[in-house]
Amino acid sequence: MSQPLLTVNNLTMRFGGLTAVDSVTFDVYRNHITAVIGPNGAGKTTAFNCITGFYKPTDGQIVLRHKDDKEFKLEEMEDFRISQHAKVARTFQNIRLFGGMTVLENLMIAQHNHLMKASAYTIGGIFNTPSYQRAQEAAKKKALSWMDRVGITDRADDPAAALPYGAQRKLEIARAMCTDPVLLCLDEPAAGLNPKESEELNALLRSIRDHDDVGILLIEHDMSVVMEISDHIIVLDYGRKISDGTATEVRNDPAVIKAYLGVVEE
Amino acid sequence: MSLHDQTSPSLLPMIKRSVIATIIAFFLFLPTLGLKTTASGGVDGLFLTYRWLLLGIGCGFIFVIRMAYELFWAPKDGDQKPAKTQSALAKTLGSAKIAKSVGPLLLAFAIVFPFLPFSDRYILDLGILIITYVMLGWGLQIVVGLAGLLDLGYVAFYAVGAYSYALLSIHFGFGFWMCLPLAGLLAATWGIVLGFPVLRLRGDYLAIVTLAFGEIIRVILLNWRGFTGGSNGLSSIPRPSFFGLPFNQEPGGFAATFGLEYSSMQRIVFLYFLILALAVFTFFVTARLRRLPIGRAWEALREDEIACRSLGINTVNTKLSAFAIGAMFGGFAGSFFAAKQAFVSPESFNFMESATILAIVVLGGMSSQLGVVFSAIAMVGGVELLRQLQFLKVIFGNDFDPSQLRLLLFGLAMVLMMLWRPRGLVSTRMPTVFLKDKKTVSAAMISQGRG
Repeated sequence: MSQPLLTVNNLTMRFGGLTAVDSVTFDVYRNHITAVIGPNGAGKTTAFNCITGFYKPTDGQIVLRHKDDKEFKLEEMEDFRISQHAKVARTFQNIRLFGGMTVLENLMIAQHNHLMKASAYTIGGIFNTPSYQRAQEAAKKKALSWMDRVGITDRADDPAAALPYGAQRKLEIARAMCTDPVLLCLDEPAAGLNPKESEELNALLRSIRDHDDVGILLIEHDMSVVMEISDHIIVLDYGRKISDGTATEVRNDPAVIKAYLGVVEE
Repeated sequence: MSLHDQTSPSLLPMIKRSVIATIIAFFLFLPTLGLKTTASGGVDGLFLTYRWLLLGIGCGFIFVIRMAYELFWAPKDGDQKPAKTQSALAKTLGSAKIAKSVGPLLLAFAIVFPFLPFSDRYILDLGILIITYVMLGWGLQIVVGLAGLLDLGYVAFYAVGAYSYALLSIHFGFGFWMCLPLAGLLAATWGIVLGFPVLRLRGDYLAIVTLAFGEIIRVILLNWRGFTGGSNGLSSIPRPSFFGLPFNQEPGGFAATFGLEYSSMQRIVFLYFLILALAVFTFFVTARLRRLPIGRAWEALREDEIACRSLGINTVNTKLSAFAIGAMFGGFAGSFFAAKQAFVSPESFNFMESATILAIVVLGGMSSQLGVVFSAIAMVGGVELLRQLQFLKVIFGNDFDPSQLRLLLFGLAMVLMMLWRPRGLVSTRMPTVFLKDKKTVSAAMISQGRG
C-alpha cells in the first residue's frame, strides 16, 4: 500500500486529570473510508477535534501528506489553517450550517479563500474585474455540481435552515467538499437519518471515495453504515485503541465484543 | 336561549381581570400619584401629603379602560386570526422589485430636495443631519448587522474622523478632499486597534469593551488639552471649498465666479450635496462589499463562527476587516461633520450618539440598507418634529418643553418595535448570490450573532 494520507502517532489528549485519548496510533489512506467507532465517551470526537485543530493535543504527532509529498504537522497548526492549507475538511455532530444564508451561499462561503484571492482581497472585487467574474461563475458552477451530486439543486435558493434534516446533513458534506479537501472528516454523518437516507448517504460516501481522490475519516454509531462502507475500522474504548482492521476482523475481535456487550463473569 | 345567558358566563372573568388590573394599578399609582412630598421650607424637611382623589381617579380610569378592552378589543375565543408574519411595510420594503424602485425614488427626491419651495435653511440642515446619520448607520451596519459584532462605541470613530480633519487642516493646512481619505484611514486604523483586544470577546463582554472604548476616546479628547483643546474644542476649522472656490462674498468666491448673488444658502446646499455624495458612495461600496466574498464571510461569521473556521476562513482577519471598514465610514462622516460645523468638541461625541446610531441600525433591520434610511428619518426627524409641537404648551402649560421628550420617544419607539417588528423594519435578508430566483430569507432563519 502507498504512503498513508494521515498518520496519527501516539495521540494523547488530557483534560486536567482525565485522559480522553490515550496514545492512539492509526493511519488513514487516500480513497479509503476509515471509521472510528467505540462506546459513548470513548474519545472519538476528541481525537477528531485534535486532527481538525479544534483541540491542541497534549502529546503525539499528526502528519498529513499531500500528493506532492508536502507534509503538514497538524498538531502545530491553527484550525482554520488546517482547512486552508492542509486541506482537511470536517462536518459536525450537530449540524453547523449558515442557517440564514441560502444553500448556494453556504457552498460559496466554502470557497472563500479561493474567491478572496480572485477578488484581489476585495479590491478587484469592488471594481468587478473580469477575472473575479470568471472566478465567481466557476465557484457557482462547482457549487451547482455538488448540489447535483447530493440532490438538493431544487433547494438552491432556499435558506439552509429551511431544509429538512437529511438535506442539511447532505449540504454540510457538500459544503465540506467545496473546500477541495484531501481528507474529509465526518462526525456522525448518519445521526438522525432514516434508513432510506442512510442508504443514500452510503452511496454518496462511496462515490466521494471512488471519484474525488480523498480519504474519508468518519465517526459513526450506526453500525449498518459503518460495517457496510468502511474499508478500515478503528475501535476506541476509554481513550485507547482496542482494535484496528477490516469490518470482519473487528466484528470478531473479542476485545470489541467485550467493550460493546461486556463479558459474563464466570 | 336569552342574550343574558350567552354573555353572563364571559362577563364575570372580564370583571375579574379588570379588577386585577385595577389592583395592580393601585399599587403602582400609590407612590406616584397617591403620595406627594412637599418641602416645608423649615427644618422639618419633607412631609408627605396624600392625594386619595387623584389615586381614585387613576384607578377608575384603568378599570374603565380595561373593561373597554375586554368588551370590544380583546381577542374572543374562536375567532383567532392567523398570525401575521410580516407587516405590509416590511413586505413592501422586503420584496426585491419594490426595493429596487424605492431606492432610486428616494435618491431622486434627495437630489431635488434643496430646490423644493419649503426647503429653507432649517429644513436643509435637518436633511444634512439625517443623511449624516444614514451614512453612519450604513457604516455601523457592517459591524453590527453583517458581522454580528455588537459595537456600542461607534461614535469613537466618528470622533477620530472629525478630529483628524480638524487637526490636519489647522496644523498642516490640508484641504477637505485631502483630509477625507486620511480621516477614513485613521479611523480604520483605530478600528483595528479596537478590534485586536476584543477579538476574543463575544456578546455582552464585547458590547461593554466597545462602550468603554468609545468613552476612552472621548475622555482623551477632553483631557489632552495641548493637542485637542480639551473641553473648549477646536474652532476655526477651515470650511470645505467648491473646487478651490470659497463660499464667501470676496471677489474670488463661489458666488462672484459664477456671477450669482451671494447667499449663505449656497454653502448649505453645497454641504448638503457633499454629504449626499458621501452617503451614496457609502451605499454603493457597502452594497458591493456585501456581495463579495468578504461580505459573505462577515455574514457567515454572524451565523456560525466555528463553521467558518472549519472552512478555512481566518476569523481574526474577517472581524478586523469588518471593524476597520465600518470605522472608515464613521471617519468619513466625522470628517464631514467637522467641516460642516467648523468646530469640534468632545461634547458632540458622547454615548448618546453611539446609542442613536445603533438604534437606527436596529430599528432599520440588521441587513437592510433601505431600512436604515427610514429609521434614520424616523429617529432624527422624529426628534426634530418634537421641537415643532409647541401647541402642546397649551395643554401642559408654558413650562412644557416638547424637545425634552426625546428620550421618551426613544423608549416608545423601542417598545413599539419590540411588539411589532422585533427584528427591525426590514427584517428579511437578500441572498448575495442566486441560482434561479432571488427569494428573501425570513428573519426567523437568520442568526443575530453572539458577539
